[in-house]
Amino acid sequence: MNQLTRVVVVGNGMVGHYFMQELVKRHPDLLAANLQVTVLGEEPRPAYDRVHLSSFFSGSSAEDLSLVEPGFYDRPGLELRLNARVGHIDRHQHTVTLTDNTVLPYDKLVLATGSFPFVPSVAGRDRENCFVYRTIEDLEAMTAAGKTAKSGVVVGGGLLGLECAKALKDMGLDTHVVEFAPRLMAVQVDEAGGKVLRSKIEELGVHVHTSRNTTAIVDGATARHRMVFFDETWLETDMIVFSAGIRPRDELARDAGLAIGARGGIAIDDFSRSSDHDIYAIGECASWNDEMYGLVAPGYDMARTACAHLTGETTSTFQGADMSTKLKLMGVDVASVGDAHGKTHGCRSYQYTDEVRNIYKKIVVSEDGKKLLGAVLIGNADEYGTLQQMTVNEMALPENPEFLILPASDGKEKPGLGVDALPDTAVLCSCNNVSKGAIGEAVAAGNCSIGAIKSCTKAGTACGGCVPLVTQVMKAQMVKLGMTVNNHLCEHFPYSRQELYHLVRVEQIKTFGELLHKHGKGMGCDICKPTAASILASCWNDFILKKDLASLQDSNDYFLGNIQKDGSYSVVPRMPGGEVTPDGLIAIGQIAKKYNLYTKVTGGARVDMFGARVEQLPNIWEELIAAGFESGHAYGKSLRTVKSCVGSTWCRYGVDDSVGLAVQLENRYKGLRAPHKIKFGVSGCTRECAEAQGKDVGLIATENGWNLYVCGNGGMKPRHAELIASDLTKEEAIRMIDRFLMFYIRTADRLQRTSTWRDNMEGGLDYLRDVVIHDSLGLGAELEAQMQHVVDNYQDEWKTAVNDPEVRKRFRSFVNSQAGDSNIVFVNEREQMRPATVEEKRSAKVIPILATTE
Amino acid sequence: MSQVQQAASEAAINQITGDVGAWHLVCALEDIWPNMGVCALLEGRQVAIFRLQDNQLYAMDNYDPHSDANVLSRGIVGDLGGERVVASPIYKHHYQLRTGVCIEDASISLKTYPVELRDGAVWVQV
Repeated sequence: MNQLTRVVVVGNGMVGHYFMQELVKRHPDLLAANLQVTVLGEEPRPAYDRVHLSSFFSGSSAEDLSLVEPGFYDRPGLELRLNARVGHIDRHQHTVTLTDNTVLPYDKLVLATGSFPFVPSVAGRDRENCFVYRTIEDLEAMTAAGKTAKSGVVVGGGLLGLECAKALKDMGLDTHVVEFAPRLMAVQVDEAGGKVLRSKIEELGVHVHTSRNTTAIVDGATARHRMVFFDETWLETDMIVFSAGIRPRDELARDAGLAIGARGGIAIDDFSRSSDHDIYAIGECASWNDEMYGLVAPGYDMARTACAHLTGETTSTFQGADMSTKLKLMGVDVASVGDAHGKTHGCRSYQYTDEVRNIYKKIVVSEDGKKLLGAVLIGNADEYGTLQQMTVNEMALPENPEFLILPASDGKEKPGLGVDALPDTAVLCSCNNVSKGAIGEAVAAGNCSIGAIKSCTKAGTACGGCVPLVTQVMKAQMVKLGMTVNNHLCEHFPYSRQELYHLVRVEQIKTFGELLHKHGKGMGCDICKPTAASILASCWNDFILKKDLASLQDSNDYFLGNIQKDGSYSVVPRMPGGEVTPDGLIAIGQIAKKYNLYTKVTGGARVDMFGARVEQLPNIWEELIAAGFESGHAYGKSLRTVKSCVGSTWCRYGVDDSVGLAVQLENRYKGLRAPHKIKFGVSGCTRECAEAQGKDVGLIATENGWNLYVCGNGGMKPRHAELIASDLTKEEAIRMIDRFLMFYIRTADRLQRTSTWRDNMEGGLDYLRDVVIHDSLGLGAELEAQMQHVVDNYQDEWKTAVNDPEVRKRFRSFVNSQAGDSNIVFVNEREQMRPATVEEKRSAKVIPILATTE
Repeated sequence: MSQVQQAASEAAINQITGDVGAWHLVCALEDIWPNMGVCALLEGRQVAIFRLQDNQLYAMDNYDPHSDANVLSRGIVGDLGGERVVASPIYKHHYQLRTGVCIEDASISLKTYPVELRDGAVWVQV
């Protein structure tokens, strides 16, 4: 393209934003590619994740839902206008006119206007506290209304309706679903499946009313509204949410005279072009072959096609979409594949129903019995990946296809898909269009963990449904490439960290020598030694500077301080929960002054004292201990801090005593050695001032108890913590944290934070919740007991070190001299000292160091 | 007077001179725990001395050029591919104890020093 092409994108929803991501992927420098793009969004915020909208009610904020990386729309050649609504398209002039009368010229126009919620024409539908479920503003209005409501009704028992019912349930309302059709999820699920789904949903305390046609909404006697049905029965409720399907936003296109599909929607061709070839339409507003797609994956597919075509590539086309879906609705697995209803001529089906556990599975096979056409899975969707791939890739069915959905029995192996049988073109992640071939390439390029595969290919990062299959393909590919799926810790131990932990625990191994002798070779190294030291400490919690343990420790652990770039150390005394007395602060100030240490308040709400030389450390500790402090373990792969807000003691909004709990937790878990450092946060109310959702373990007080969040992280790769249990008492919370931490210590890799551990966990949060909260592995009591052992054997490492003459002797710069390291020199900056740079050391403008210590 | 101090004063008298430099009595073997290092200040030089589990001793510069800090005596010792090494505690570069060569960057080589165990005392030639 030599001439400047002005592109206007109308709509900044998921698909509109995806289009821009694709365009930027193709042309990182838009201007260089002669592209000038204006994106118009009518909402006040840029694109967010509408698929996971209901998580807004379980703690996610609008920011969490955002899909836009910071700075994405700030690049040259790209402008995003929010609160900008298009009123008119002039195809002749090639302009769009906004409702504020701004006129924008375009060469190519992309319509990604999405859809709007359909509200049945019921008298009274405009009453107060009647909502739709589409935007964050809708959710905010629902939240506000939910505060005074006791009950809520969702009109519509489809996919979105059930999502919405979950939202009302999360708000604590008595929740009803009213559906016009005779069953729930009528589009995806057959009659028998609908029945099982219904009893699953009712088990969760949601009332389901099917075959109900609402005729009017009037004033209620016991609640705000009364919904009157066709058969003159009625239901009273405080709020109503309409979620009865969506309709395409095609009004702009209609006004502009573009061709419209038979059932609405902007008619598009295989390149996602409308009847005007300068105008593309993508996503829910578009109709291809008179089909509209209410899922995000086909929308992304159209966006990719349109983007390719607009930038001059005509080989990729949109060819319809596989409408298979797998979701978790209120904790219930629901999946539908291909021809779920068995509409294909001559097809036959196999069904399996378990009314005890409410599981329903059905497969639909072709007349000749050779191909799988579709499937429905309710209550357990483990086979989804296999069935979906078999259907889409038209793979040959095994001899007895019923075993695909029957529970395995008599030790008979369940027929698997055999990932090798999948063609390279098979799309494993349909949300992000990642093929088996792409996973293979990523593995060949060295991405050999599911976390690495996710960040490299984006597979499994949207709905996550494909993660088990992607993992299988990754492992098969690794074997094929001759990489033994090697998780050996290092050349000295042919075991993973998890296996070594197990060996140490089961064989009661107490020293590295014993471990090396029994299970390793050579002398060890700076990988396996600290790992072994950490495992031994997690299991037995002996003093880490004991003669047979000391040589295993990283320098930080060995000197019980944090080594800094010049070889000096920093000293961090523990301040549980960030609480410190005036006398404590004064003592720290005096000690810092005496030893000329640089002081800084850390992000973990305590004071760090920098610039101590090895030989000064025991003296500094001795003075800190005398002032009532102990080691803060800032140097260890261990519990760091429990950050807290001031809580109900002082704060007028506080719901519970966050400082009290933080102090208790910090004192319980202090000194606990783990695969990596661990940080906690405790907030006294949902304002979340302690940022607990950015921590490995977070607690937030609610009216009903403590909500427990796990596996969050700030730092290098921020990750929001996930709610694992709600409304816990303090005692329950502590038991769950005991189990969680010990399970992490037992199973994580070396230097793996809880966030990456969680990202790599097969089965994800559900599995973790099953193990920790529901004790599915029967490990609960054992994990709690192991934690109690560590807690009971806590000692202040600084105190033990200064009181042991043999250990204390090791704290000196030189074995044969009392001098200090002359390379550690300081200069003044902002009224404190800091390490001198190499240049400053040369120019000798430095503070002379103290010759020796007493 | 301890044995070591006695040995030191004898050493002062009987100082053996070699091609490279003088031999210095540094400390008792027990002053270095197995599989660890200490640092000695010898003629203004910082020398890291390591004792491995078989009581084999090694001495090399304490200065880690990758981090510009005197820290190697505080590194973890072990072996990589059969070659005995120390890992710098700052950026984890490995140096061969035998030769002083950096494993990650063979263009960097630290000075090593002859070291001997004599009657339970550690001697280094600087």
